[in-house]
Amino acid sequence: MRLGEKAGLKPAKPMRDVFGEALLQLCRDNPKIVVLDGDLSNTTKTLAVRQEFPERFYNIGLAESNMVSIGAGLADCGFIPFVTSMSAFLLCNGYDQLRISIAIAGLNVKVVGSHGGITLGKDGPTAMGIEDLALMGGLPTFVILVPCDPASMHKAVRATAEHIGPVYLRSSRVAMPHIYPEDDCPFEIGKANVVREGGDLTIIGCGIMVAAALDAAAMLAGEGIEARVLDMHTIRPMDVEAIAAAACETGAIVTAEEHLLHGGMGSNIARIVAATHPVPMRFVGLTDTYTDSGDPYDLLEKYGLTAQDILVAAREAVAAKA
Amino acid sequence: MSQTLDLQALKERAQSLRLDILDMTTHVASGHPSSSFSSVEILTALYFGGILRYRSDDPHWLERDRFIMSKGHAAPLLYAVLAHAGYFDREKLWALRQVDSPVEGHPVQGRLPGIETTSGSLGKGISVGLGHVLGGRMNGLNYRVYVLLGDGECEEGQIWEAAIAAAHFKADSLTAIVDYNKYQETGPISREMALEPFAEKWRAFGWHVEEVDGHDIQAITETLKAVQEVKGQPSVVIAHTVKGKGVSFVEADYTFHGRALTPEQAEKAREEILCG
Repeated sequence: MRLGEKAGLKPAKPMRDVFGEALLQLCRDNPKIVVLDGDLSNTTKTLAVRQEFPERFYNIGLAESNMVSIGAGLADCGFIPFVTSMSAFLLCNGYDQLRISIAIAGLNVKVVGSHGGITLGKDGPTAMGIEDLALMGGLPTFVILVPCDPASMHKAVRATAEHIGPVYLRSSRVAMPHIYPEDDCPFEIGKANVVREGGDLTIIGCGIMVAAALDAAAMLAGEGIEARVLDMHTIRPMDVEAIAAAACETGAIVTAEEHLLHGGMGSNIARIVAATHPVPMRFVGLTDTYTDSGDPYDLLEKYGLTAQDILVAAREAVAAKA
Repeated sequence: MSQTLDLQALKERAQSLRLDILDMTTHVASGHPSSSFSSVEILTALYFGGILRYRSDDPHWLERDRFIMSKGHAAPLLYAVLAHAGYFDREKLWALRQVDSPVEGHPVQGRLPGIETTSGSLGKGISVGLGHVLGGRMNGLNYRVYVLLGDGECEEGQIWEAAIAAAHFKADSLTAIVDYNKYQETGPISREMALEPFAEKWRAFGWHVEEVDGHDIQAITETLKAVQEVKGQPSVVIAHTVKGKGVSFVEADYTFHGRALTPEQAEKAREEILCG
């Protein structure tokens, strides 16, 4: 079954292609945007910017640490640098620089980690960005964004540029089906979107797992369970109000993310649920493991990141309601 | 060179900076006095010897030259220099490393005027400075960028990533100055993690290299002026210094790297600095 099929979602192009288009459009509209690349422009899809705006594009080479700190200097000169590479390489090689050169002073640098999650697939665990949300969560001043479809990626790229301060944006190699109409979606930093209404439980997803959550909700409806589905596109600042309302109004929560459970979206939601309105919760994500290489959809299935996994978790969470 | 330096005034300035570093770190019983002492003449030449163009009443002046303190543990020196240069009231210095004070243990950008970058994990200064060079080019500005590195700091891989990139981008407005005092925290560099042949390393990376006595203010000033004429490549000035310079028993004991002097030691140190 194709991702999004149960929910009637239309297929879309790969998220990295959408990111590349959104970034190019942003560069056309805003002369202050500068793009830094870690020699992966063909992979992250920043190549079109290099071709159209060579004077605002710098290939820093395979030197992510250097690239991050150069971004800090450019921000000090009034530019809005987008520092781009594959998230695993950019964040792990550049973490000290993200912390010292950018985060502590809260500089206006934008960090885009491509190939988030396990769906980069065949390049295997060394290149997968399965810890990006946890790493960026450790840098207090960063806003953290995870778009879930083309419209949301376009809005997220705009929001990233418009926000004054450091932002981390996750991009992905894989295609994610259309959750929203092609040309528009609500996107306010820190405000989750309700993409399906329901009163029996809430499934909170980000990225590719929003589509899986909607598939699961469609299957649950067949069992007489109506699930609310939230698109948690902002991991920080997290929408406390929407989470508390979901807990209070639906009485059970399932979280779903293409990330390690340790330190990702779900654990942060659990902290908020515990402090506001404790209800039964279940968590869909990677459980303290690195995956193998393979087809993205085979990996999602093997490691428990499908609509079926959300369905099972949802049944458990509903059953645990008092 | 039209202007002759008032060397006596510069020496007095250096002496006064050393006393401030001593008082700041002794008062709070913490900090890195010896790493600060070794760079005093370098910063005196930069800020008071007519090298750096700055406006302390307009710290974000677009055309200012940038001074990037990459060896952030020499924060007491940076703070003293910024206070002497008029960026903020000198009285602030005595709140070093105390709660609710912006005079942090290592420099944090934005907390005090004149701090161009956050530092205190090492290795980042050339990269940040290169960002300012590239940004300056795009903005059509002709300022220069100076980066002060520690010698132990040059063991960080990022230094050499940045060295490759600065040469690649022909960053001739960028000057790195290495405070080469020959000691890192745990001992002599030659024993702990040898850097030699040091000048050759920089040359191999495409940099113009000068070496200078890092306590001779006139020589430092002349060297920094000379490298302004170098075109098409970045410059590094390897400044040979003495760790703890100005206080004999600190010069003789590298373990002063990360600790302050006791009040009794500080009194002896004050006498030596004043006799300077």
